[in-house]
Amino acid sequence: MTDTLPSRRETLPVPAPRPAVRRGSRRRRAATAGFHTTGILISVAWFLPILIVLITSFRTFDDVAKNGIASIPRTFTFDTYAQAWQQGDLLPALVNSMIVTIPTVVLTLLLAAAAAFGLSRFKIPFRRTILLIMLAGNLLPVQMLLIPVTRITQQIDVYDTLGALIAVQIAFGLGFYTFVLYGFMRSIPHELQEAATLDGAGVGRIFIQVILPLTRPALAALGALSFTWIFNDLLWSITLLQSSEKLPITAAVLSLQGQYVSSWSVIAAATVVAAIPSTIVFLVFQRSFIGGLALGSVK
Amino acid sequence: MTISTPVRGRRRIKVPPPLVFVLVLVPFLIEAVGVFWPAFQGISLSFLRWNGIGPATSVGVQNYTDLFSDPIFLTALKNTAIWIVLFGGISFLAGLGVALLFQSERRGVAIYRTALFLPIVFSLVVTALIWGAFFQPNGVLNNVLDAVGLHDWTRVWLGDSDTALYAVIVAALWREIGYVMVLFIAGLKALDPSVQEAARMDGASAWQRFRFVTLPQLRSVTMVVISVLLIDSLRSFDIVWAMTGGGPYHSTELLSTYMFSTAFSSHALGYASAIAVVIFVLAIAVIISYLVRALSEEKES
Repeated sequence: MTDTLPSRRETLPVPAPRPAVRRGSRRRRAATAGFHTTGILISVAWFLPILIVLITSFRTFDDVAKNGIASIPRTFTFDTYAQAWQQGDLLPALVNSMIVTIPTVVLTLLLAAAAAFGLSRFKIPFRRTILLIMLAGNLLPVQMLLIPVTRITQQIDVYDTLGALIAVQIAFGLGFYTFVLYGFMRSIPHELQEAATLDGAGVGRIFIQVILPLTRPALAALGALSFTWIFNDLLWSITLLQSSEKLPITAAVLSLQGQYVSSWSVIAAATVVAAIPSTIVFLVFQRSFIGGLALGSVK
Repeated sequence: MTISTPVRGRRRIKVPPPLVFVLVLVPFLIEAVGVFWPAFQGISLSFLRWNGIGPATSVGVQNYTDLFSDPIFLTALKNTAIWIVLFGGISFLAGLGVALLFQSERRGVAIYRTALFLPIVFSLVVTALIWGAFFQPNGVLNNVLDAVGLHDWTRVWLGDSDTALYAVIVAALWREIGYVMVLFIAGLKALDPSVQEAARMDGASAWQRFRFVTLPQLRSVTMVVISVLLIDSLRSFDIVWAMTGGGPYHSTELLSTYMFSTAFSSHALGYASAIAVVIFVLAIAVIISYLVRALSEEKES
């Protein structure tokens, strides 16, 4: 353990009152070794599928066909990406995904923040009921809505448009976001709002200049989380969209799989492309993202 | 609005400005039009026979009675039950296990946690494709089995009615366990460490501390995790659709996939709506308990 001691001192503040336990007993060392062995085994098992797909995506068709997916790669190529990019129309698909995801996330957060603001900061009659009804809407199984929403979009002639997809995703997501933001906004001290009111600020200014900035952590967490949710959705897009040029990346990659059943390296390349945007959001907003996962469920 | 009035009294009388109602009502109406109105339509559609083009005929509860003599529906119902037990149950136990293992900050733990929850950011389609490469006839699993001399064990995992459902569940678990772990770690971190310490002082073993101290304290998180897993199980669609499409021979059919293909391939809209209502009825107990919890927590604070 001597070799790890210096860095250990830097990272871990040693708890002072328990020196007896820390004096490297053999059992403790065995427990540490067991802990890391388990941890490493789990990590390898979890990373391995990702790694295999990543490696496969750079191998030629012949290499995979001859030596199998699990073999050591003998080739390295970018052709798989070129092929997936062209055949799968991945660029337009990525653009479609962004066209749907960004407005959906921004508008849902804005609308949910407005509702949460009204419900949490003012004595609106039946506010608790309104909040719970909104939350209940988000808990409904999506399957209930598929047929009626498809019908409505056909009746008002917006079926097979990205706009319809955005509208549905906003309506469906609102309840949950409102619930989470409500819980967050309620913890903001009332004095701030009262001071602003006395200064003559109207409701709109209080919302935009006082409450919204203070809600930023929750908005960031929900934003990162909902980006991946909307970006990754498959069910609504295959329900409401028909033309292949409008499909977002999830659906496009899935239909590419149908065409290239045996060409695993091309499918792997498309899979990697489809995974990149949400991975970037995750890496950039890692802290918010993990906080967001626990939001609304643990207080 | 005079400054001298006591704050509490003033608030009770004060009617919020009209803009506040607009801020609340606009989102509420969007949800009402986009969610509640279609949901009610979905219920009424379930009493019709309709292909979406011709005239609809009212058939009363016949769609529902037909369901129970429909072997595919019964398979889907059984598979959904298996899904809840295996996907939900294993996610719960494994998620709790890794949360307990990786709850405290120590060397290396950040990497282990990242490995477990990285799959959450991938779409279920990406997950399906990753695991497709694993379970394919020429995939990783068969390659490995061949290499270690277990050729007899190789099979077309996703094309075999006996194994397809379990193969899909493995893929779904890979993505869910990390999520459950995050929920439990957040819950564990909120616990008061002095209670643990007191139990330790009293000579409680690690198992006793877990069983009689940690677990009861985690109760509300546990309820949330169970609700999330039940709702997720009933909603599960993408991963099955992307890996098997419900086949082979409906062996991986869940209520959600059967509802989808009934609606959009067979165009039996009334019948599909009835399946959707069954999913709703199964979910309703969970939804209500979740709401009751949300309400009581709301009142508490």
